[in-house]
Formats: sequence, C-alpha cells, structure tokens
Amino acid sequence: MRFTTLKTAGTVAALALTLAATVSFAKADTQLLNVSYDPTRELYKAINEAFAADWKTKTGEVVTINQSHGGSGKQARAVIDGLKADVVTLALAGDIDTIASKAKLLPQDWAKRLPNNSTPFSSTIVFLVKKGNPKGIKDWGDLATEGTQVITPNPKTSGGARWNFLGAWAWANKSFGGDEAKTKSYIAALYKNVPVLDTGARGSTTTFAQRGIGDVLISWESNAWLALDEFGADKFEIVYPSISINAETPVAVIDVNVKANNTEKQAKAYLDYLFTAPAQKIAAHLHYRPSDPAAADPADLAKLPKFDLVSIDKDFGGWSKAQQKFFAEGAIFDQLYKATN
Amino acid sequence: MPRTDPIGESRLIQWVLIGISLTFLAFIVFLPLTLVFVEALRKGFGVYLAALKDAETWAALRLTLTVAAISVPLNALFGICAAWSVTKHNFAGKNLLLSLIDLPFSVSPVISGLIYVLLFGAQGWFGPWLRSHHVEIIFAVPGIVLATTFVTFPFVARELIPLMQAQGTEEEEASLSLGASGLHTFWHVTLPNIKWALLYGVLLCNARAMGEFGAVSVVSGHVRGLTNTLPLQIEILYNEYNFTAAFAVATLLASLALVTLVLKTILEWRYADQLAASHKH
Amino acid sequence: MSLAQFLPRLKQPSVIPGFGLTLGFTLLALGLIVIFPLIALVLKASSVGAAGFLQAATNPRVLGALRLSFGAAAIAALVDAVFGVLIAWVLVRYNFPGRKLIDAAIDLPFALPTAVAGIALATLYAPNGWIGALAAKAGFKIAFTPFGIVLALIFIGLPFVVRSVEPVLAEAQRDVEEAAALLGANRWRTVRQIVLPAIYPALLTGTALAFARAVGEYGSVIFIAGNIPLVSEIAPLLIVIKLEEFDYVGATVIATLMLTISLLILLGVNKLQSRLEMRYAKD
Repeated sequence: MRFTTLKTAGTVAALALTLAATVSFAKADTQLLNVSYDPTRELYKAINEAFAADWKTKTGEVVTINQSHGGSGKQARAVIDGLKADVVTLALAGDIDTIASKAKLLPQDWAKRLPNNSTPFSSTIVFLVKKGNPKGIKDWGDLATEGTQVITPNPKTSGGARWNFLGAWAWANKSFGGDEAKTKSYIAALYKNVPVLDTGARGSTTTFAQRGIGDVLISWESNAWLALDEFGADKFEIVYPSISINAETPVAVIDVNVKANNTEKQAKAYLDYLFTAPAQKIAAHLHYRPSDPAAADPADLAKLPKFDLVSIDKDFGGWSKAQQKFFAEGAIFDQLYKATN
Repeated sequence: MPRTDPIGESRLIQWVLIGISLTFLAFIVFLPLTLVFVEALRKGFGVYLAALKDAETWAALRLTLTVAAISVPLNALFGICAAWSVTKHNFAGKNLLLSLIDLPFSVSPVISGLIYVLLFGAQGWFGPWLRSHHVEIIFAVPGIVLATTFVTFPFVARELIPLMQAQGTEEEEASLSLGASGLHTFWHVTLPNIKWALLYGVLLCNARAMGEFGAVSVVSGHVRGLTNTLPLQIEILYNEYNFTAAFAVATLLASLALVTLVLKTILEWRYADQLAASHKH
Repeated sequence: MSLAQFLPRLKQPSVIPGFGLTLGFTLLALGLIVIFPLIALVLKASSVGAAGFLQAATNPRVLGALRLSFGAAAIAALVDAVFGVLIAWVLVRYNFPGRKLIDAAIDLPFALPTAVAGIALATLYAPNGWIGALAAKAGFKIAFTPFGIVLALIFIGLPFVVRSVEPVLAEAQRDVEEAAALLGANRWRTVRQIVLPAIYPALLTGTALAFARAVGEYGSVIFIAGNIPLVSEIAPLLIVIKLEEFDYVGATVIATLMLTISLLILLGVNKLQSRLEMRYAKD
C-alpha cells in the first residue's frame, strides 16, 4: 500500500516538474530580458520592435526582448536576488550602482562603458494640473502653500519620486540662497500637502488623473505627456516650473548574466541601438529627451522646452551622496514625517 | 399579531435585520463585484473581448492555470494526509500540529514571498548553489508555485478535519475488521464520505491560488508573457492606464470566483444531505 | 509507521493504519514549505542581535505601522463579528427571496483576487466613485484614509466570521430557545442568554481568523490606503519599503514582529476559546 501511494506521489511530482520545466524553457531563438522601471512600458515596446527588425536584417537572427517593469528599486533588488536580466534600464544610476556593489554582477565603472554616462535619453520633472490651472500653480513654491494638494509617489519605493524630491530641493536651495533650514521647512510644507503617497509614478498618476485627487501631480515629463494622451488633453495641462532636474535614466549590460545566458553580443548591440538615430527618434516622439536631438523630429522636440536643469552629479554630488543625505533610513525624508506629525 | 412560532421574531424585525444585512453586503461585497463588470464593459463588448484576446493575458492565464495545477493537488494530498493522521489517530502534540497547519493564514502574503527569497534568492542560503547548478526557483515558475502553495496550504486540511472528526473511525474499523486493506478502506469507505468536502476545499484552494497577488508579486520578477500571473497582469494593465482591459481580465478571475461559488452551492446541497446522514450514526 | 514504533507512548494504539505515512508526509510538507522558510526568516532577523532588534522594533515608523495594521485589523474584525453574526442569523433563520444566492456570495472575498478587490474598492470609494462621491458630499473621505484600510479589511475578513457561525446557529438547540420563551423570557433575553453564548466559541474562531488574515493583508489595502507614513502606512508596506532599500534584515525584523504578535494573539484566543467551551459545556 505504501509503495502505490509513494508511486502516485512520485508520478504527480514528476508531472508537476515537467509542467514547470516546459513553461520556464519554452523559449524562442534568442531572448533578452530588459528589466526596466515603471514609466518606460510604451517606450521599450516601440524600441524593442524596431531593434528586433534591425537585428534581423543585419544578422538574420530572431531576437525577442522580454520586458519587466516595476519600481526602480524593486527591479534592482530583483536583479540582485537573481532575476536574470541581460540589461537593466533603470530610473537612476544609484540603483545600478547597488547592483554592482551588492551582487557584483557588473563592474563599478559601468557608466563609463557607453556614451553620455550610459544615458541614451533622459527626462525631467514637471507638473500636471487640471485644465485651466484653477489653483494658478506656476512654480515649485506654489506646491507648499496651504490648501494645495500635491500628488507624488513615495521616494522610498519610486525612483521618479526621488527625482521629484530633488527637483523641489533644487528650486528651494536656489530660492533661499542655499539656506538649508529654510529649504527643509519648504520641503516639509510640500510633503504635508501630499494626501496619498503611492508606491510608484504610475499609481500616482492614476490617483491624480483617474481618482481626481489633488491639485497638482509632480511627474516625469514623459509620463505627464502620456497622461495627456491617455486621459485627455481637454482635462489636464502641463506646467513647466522655472527650474527642475535633469533626470538621467541610465542603462547597463549585466555582465555576469549575459555570460551565463550567452547573450553578450545581442545585449550590447541592443544598448548600442538605443543611442542610434531611429531609437532616439522614437524616444523623442514618446516625450523623452534624446541625447542626440539632431535625430529627433523637430515637432517632437518643440514639446520639450529648454529650461534650467540641475544635475545629480554636479549639484548633489552623485547618487550615493544624495541617497545617504535624503533617502536613507532616518535621513531627511524620514525626518519630515517625524517633524510634521 | 399572533405568532405561530414561539421563538421567531416579528416579521417587521425580520425585515429590518434582513435589510441591514443586505445593505452591508451590498456596500462591501456586491457593489465592488458589480463595478468590476461595469468597468470592464464600459467601452462595449468588442473592446472587452479584444482585451481578453491579448497574447500576454493568455500567457498569464496559462501560467496561472499551471501554477494552480501544481499547487492545488499538492495541497489536496497534504490536506488528506494531515486530516487522516489528525482525525483517525490520537497522539501527543496534535493541537500544536493543528495550529501549525493554520499558521500560513496569519502570515502576511508579503512575508510568504520574502521567506523564499531569503532561501532561494541569489543572496539567499541556497542561492550560490542553485546558481552554479543552473536551477531557477525565484523569478521562475517554481518560486511562484512555492509561494502559492504556502498561501493556500491550510485550505483543504481545514475543510476535511472538522468533517472527519465528526465522522469518527467506526466505519474504517469495521472495514478493516472485515479484512480490507488500509488503502482499500480509504478508497472505498473514507473517500466517499469526504468527497464533497474535499472537492469544496479544493475549489476554495484553487480560487485563492489563482487570485494570490502579494506573495507572487515578491517572487515573480514580472517578466511580461513569462512570469506574470493573472493578478499581476491586472496590475500591469492598470498601471498602463488601460483600466478597461484591467477590469476585463479581472472579470476572468471574478467569473472564476463565481463559478467556484455556484459549484460550491451545488455541492453544499448534496454535502448537506451527506453531513446529515453522517450525523445519524 | 516507524515513527509510531519509536514513540509508542506518544500515540494511542489504533487499528487504523497509515499513521506513519500520513503524519510523515504531513510533517514533511509542513516542514519544507512552512516551518523551514519561517525559521530562515527568524534567523535572518536575529542576525542583528537583541539591541539591533529592539532598536528596529521601537522605531516610531515601525510602531506606527504596526499599530495601524493591528488596530485596523481589530476594528475590521469587530465589525465583521457584529455583521457576520447578523448575516449568519438572517441567512440561517429567515426565509426571503434570493437567500441561497446571497449565502453563496459570502465566499466571494475568499475567491476574488485581493488586487482586484483593492482596485474595485478604491474605484468605488474614491471621492469620484459611486459611493465615494456621495460620502464626499456629506463631507466624508473614505478611500486614501485609515477608514479605507478598515473597509478593505472588513471585505476580506467577512466570510471567516459568517462561515464559522452559520453551522452553529443552524444546529443551536431550538428546543432550549422554545423552553425559554415558554418560561416567559422575552425574545431579546433568549437571544442574549441562550443563543449568543452558544455561538461564542465559533464566533471567536471566526473573528480571530478574520483578524489574523487582515493584519497581513497587502494586495487589497495598498490600492485604497493613502500610504502616508505614521497615518496610513501599513506594516506589510513597510516590509516592502525595507526590501527596496536592500535592508533584508530590517524587513525580516518587522516580519518577525508581526508574526510573533499574530501568534500570541491567536494563542490567547485559543486559550480563551477552550475556556469558553468548557464553561458552555458545564452549563
């Protein structure tokens, strides 16, 4: 009796494993996994198609690029925990630095391997307000006035939210002539106006545009334009503040993984492709700021006005410093929620 | 008004109580369910169907079914074994065992995912070994199966234990004394007695397995078309501002829940007779 | 079987076979899938040492989140207890059109995926949702406040209470109730003194399960909570935040805390329940 039961159990287990195996190994010719942050869904969908076609004509090889999207920090953690990303395209360099330092999956100086600090296109932080701008929101200072509700995600879980925070900080730092106490109290007043801290940029946009909460959404420029397309240009409009931050969103090949997957050649070609004219054109069309503006359609470029942008490296001393000062456990962001409550 | 039933409430009170109950249920249960269907069909049936035909949604459906096909039988087998050992025998530590079986109910789904990352993640206990042997658990199907199995672990056992406890051991003892083997006894005596409860447990377990979100989210890796289950696909669609499609996919799971409930109700009618029969002993 | 032979005194003899096999498999599955991973969690958390653990555990954010998670779960479980008993009563004792259908629908929160529930509740109770708009007119905010969290938790916990209480109410001795009525007790008194004590143990189990499930809930809450630190940030979200800061130890510390508190409460409820059962048996 015992043998039959064991045999049945064995058969069930074997069946289960086979089933699991067929699912995990049902793969096409060559597959790349691009682990990206939240707002780039539409962007990489378009670029992946273009790259696959380009690669097919050049080499005859069919390459499929799989996408994983999520909060930048969460995605970096997944790669550290073993998600087999061939390339990462994250919201901020700090997250790729962490992959390099914690899991040693790529060298520390990864950013130097591609042009423009490995940043094929960037974005910046702008405001999305209701049509006609009923609260008259013009600049960062207006976000801290009483009675204004601001929607922004949680910097702890969202890369975009960290850029939002730094954009606000940059404005205050300039307006108060570097007086850190005044800057801090401005930031505190701003975050006191936030009724919902979503975990990601997409969630915040839904809260603002779909649920109708808040007077202003602090958002990636690309996401703000996308929201106009998705939710209606008759309902919302974009406000460009006087100053913002150049949100550099870098890309990197994960060396250890591409060696294991034997996809080094394709992964490198994929990232190189991001810097080529066709990819730059797609990016500009989807409202990302191209590193090579000459390749973009002037009509698309016209939507991305030039204004004063600070830099994470020059003005904040790089991500590891900014992370320590603002977003680490017990740092300035955490202190806000001690002070205001 | 004269009342024939000495322990009934007046009709008025009955209707007030029924009214309160239904209002409460409407706000908490029925309206959310209705909303899912209304939102899904908001842009018409064509859009609804198109949303369901999406290749990634199909891949997610396939994965969800695969995961359920592995973890539900596993939990059913476990449920039967646990119920058999606990209800047909008396041994020290039985109560502790019962509490341990319930344990996954009180573990946050986030923690349910986290524990497997701690064990099998690249930085986890077995990570380096798994990596060097090219075994993928986390961010692949086995990890999703593990997390799902954990979350749905007690469902079948909890359904079987009270029933088998109530049924006692007399029938099995009689069968054994007539010379039947243990397996024969289980197959021809115990199983017919518990089959409806078993099926009910399996249905609930299955519904929860297909709908699990938090735990699976931690171990999935979110690779589109490969490691996204239906609930994760819903989140993705929702985050793409594709609300109609998100709710359309949600109706798949909601319909599944409804089918489960209808099956369950049918079962309960038969199962009630059988329960009553078993009480007559 | 071998286990039974090794530990003859721990097990009462029985003619029914399969003890070793079934208990063996039960323990194996339980050990591999539940116990072992949880031990790994606790070990990871303990790697910070007692001082580190205490420091992490007394962080105001952590305390605030734990208070919210346990507080909201407790309120939700209480609401579930009250309405659960009422609904079970109505479903078991009264006859009205659609009763069977409604009885079947009680299990819906078990079966509906939590993310779908969260999105649906948020859509419904947001200031521009069907119900949220009405509430907004009356000056109430539901979604994105702690009240929204409680609402989601009520949703996921309700079937636990109803399903625990229903069978007891169905079997409760109507003859005792009739006797009480004949002896002149009014209906309310009969219900309070005869019916309610009989369902207490089952109600306690159901409420405890609803509570335990609500404490750890993530999928449905995250869409409807405002997630503001110290106001509407639940403990599971804090675990996720810690994970995203690559602070595994911090995450496991909160997880261990949640697990311990839940277990203590469940054990306490079990104790209380067996005491209630004994008292009820004596009566």
